[in-house]
Amino acid sequence: MKLFVTVKQVPDTSGKVSVKPDGTLDRASMQTVINPDDLNAVEAALQLKDACGCKVVAFTMGPPPAEGMLRELMAMGVDEGVLITAREFGGSDTYATSQILAAAIDTYGLEADDIVFSGRQAIDGDTAQVGPQIAEKLHLPQVSYVGAIEKNGDALTVRRLLEDGYMTVKVRTPCLLTCVKELNTPRYMNIREILCAYEKPLTVYDYDALKDHPLIDAETIGLKGSPTNIYKSFTPPPKGAGRILEGSDRSTTDELAGILAAKHLI
Amino acid sequence: MDFNLSREHLLIRKMMAQFTENEVKPIAAETDRTHEYPRETMEKLFDLGVLGINVPREYGGAGADALANAICIEELSKQCASTGDIVAAYALCADPIAAYGTEEQKRKYLPMLTTGHKMGAFALTEPNAGSDASKGQTEAKLEGDHYVLNGSKIFITNGYVAEVFVVFAMTDKSKGTKGISAFIVENTFPGFSVGKHEEKMGLHGSPTAEIVFQDCIVPKENLLGQEGKGFRIAMATLDGGRIGIAAQALGIAEGALQEAIQYTKSRIQFGKPISKFQNTQFTLADMELGCEAGRLLTYQAAVLKSQGRPFTKEAAMAKLFCSEHAMKTTTKALQLFGGYGYTNDYPIERMMRDAKITEIYEGTSEIQRVVISANMGL
Repeated sequence: MKLFVTVKQVPDTSGKVSVKPDGTLDRASMQTVINPDDLNAVEAALQLKDACGCKVVAFTMGPPPAEGMLRELMAMGVDEGVLITAREFGGSDTYATSQILAAAIDTYGLEADDIVFSGRQAIDGDTAQVGPQIAEKLHLPQVSYVGAIEKNGDALTVRRLLEDGYMTVKVRTPCLLTCVKELNTPRYMNIREILCAYEKPLTVYDYDALKDHPLIDAETIGLKGSPTNIYKSFTPPPKGAGRILEGSDRSTTDELAGILAAKHLI
Repeated sequence: MDFNLSREHLLIRKMMAQFTENEVKPIAAETDRTHEYPRETMEKLFDLGVLGINVPREYGGAGADALANAICIEELSKQCASTGDIVAAYALCADPIAAYGTEEQKRKYLPMLTTGHKMGAFALTEPNAGSDASKGQTEAKLEGDHYVLNGSKIFITNGYVAEVFVVFAMTDKSKGTKGISAFIVENTFPGFSVGKHEEKMGLHGSPTAEIVFQDCIVPKENLLGQEGKGFRIAMATLDGGRIGIAAQALGIAEGALQEAIQYTKSRIQFGKPISKFQNTQFTLADMELGCEAGRLLTYQAAVLKSQGRPFTKEAAMAKLFCSEHAMKTTTKALQLFGGYGYTNDYPIERMMRDAKITEIYEGTSEIQRVVISANMGL
């Protein structure tokens, strides 16, 4: 059994966010962090590793400095990293990204008892699409919004957290799970793992390594090939101060109802 | 000459900064107020390999170097000097056992102090033997297969939480420092007891106590090193320990500087943030300068130790400089906070109280000057 985790570097939202003229994020000028939901996915895999002793492999697509993030994950206990990096892949949207990640996972070798863990969504795009799209491309059963996992033999019993309740789902491996923050508390790096993090195996997949994979369509990858294009990125103006109506009489409630109706809120 | 930290040291700093922000900072004021030993934090630090960081891997430690230890203590002390102190004092027990212990002693005690999560302590100081360790009154007499210890030790950091102690006692009083021997003592040995818990000006979370030996039976095989070599073991251990205290003092100064920067940027007086006044800027510049200098001295001493080169003078210089800078920085930072700094609504008064001890323990500032000048060929 192998456990795969897909991870992404995202802008550190506690710092400055800048946008390039083409509307995409200027990632090079921003501090980055590991996408928070992805850390829950990593922790889920590491907990399963602690219980079963299997191998955890983290996959990321990004510029070469993304290796630093993979080393941090190795310092938490991840065993191997796969860095997918090529200019041809730059600017990919979710459709393109999921092709590339799926091809990378398939190239590495996906077996019957393997599990792929993804974060629910990344805090930069907030689409929640890449995990499910990888599952579709690899023809894997998928469960999204996973808040609890229990492994019994080759099946997993997982709890999907929904807005109005939860759903318990039984799924066979190989499968893909997208993880939410309620699933666990990610561990810290630890000194022992830090000291061997840079000795753990790191595989780099460049364009040539993946371009002939059947899942890769050269026409639909990278910024140019991505079906979605960013028209404009901007920082929305701060919301103005709210308006407070005071009074408990009929005319105040009528006024309130009138304002809400004018905004088509009621 | 490369002033960059290695990739591994950078990761250790990042991990410790995250840990300190999430686990230490939120309880630092409460720890100071209640005087409670932060036991849960220590359990986590054992799990992360911070306690036991320098112990070789084959004995359950992380096998990291002295610089890694300094970085951990520095980061913890930015928010809670008590936590940094406990970690620094722990090393004074684990390190001499790793350095001078027999294979049997290392196999028995180092796993207890690492994977066994048992706290360690170092017991040298006595009521009448502070800087002058040769005047120790605690005696150890060999009787058959064991030593009998009588006497007491004071100001023992981790005193009432530690389970393993490195204790110094006179095996031959007539020989002065050459009559001192070191022992590994467990808190369960017959005749061992914990005396008075000290109430201190600062470091309220760090458990300080008197340790009493009344016909305390210590197995003969628990002699650490040879008879009469205890003073050398103590001095060498304190050389390394001074790097830890330098790192602790550096962390306190850095923490106070960060608080001062944040406060002076938000405090408006005379129509602008007080950080815009030259007096504030010059004060903060001096603090920054001292932190940078202290960091270079501390890391230099740590790297020399890791390389197996002499570092006695460098450790003394780092400890002296950082502790005096911590005191200056916290005092000046409190002044910048004005009346608010004097209240416990802000951490500055705690940092100032915590800083003072760094000029005293593990060798006073005066003793550091003795050590430095003794290494100048005068």
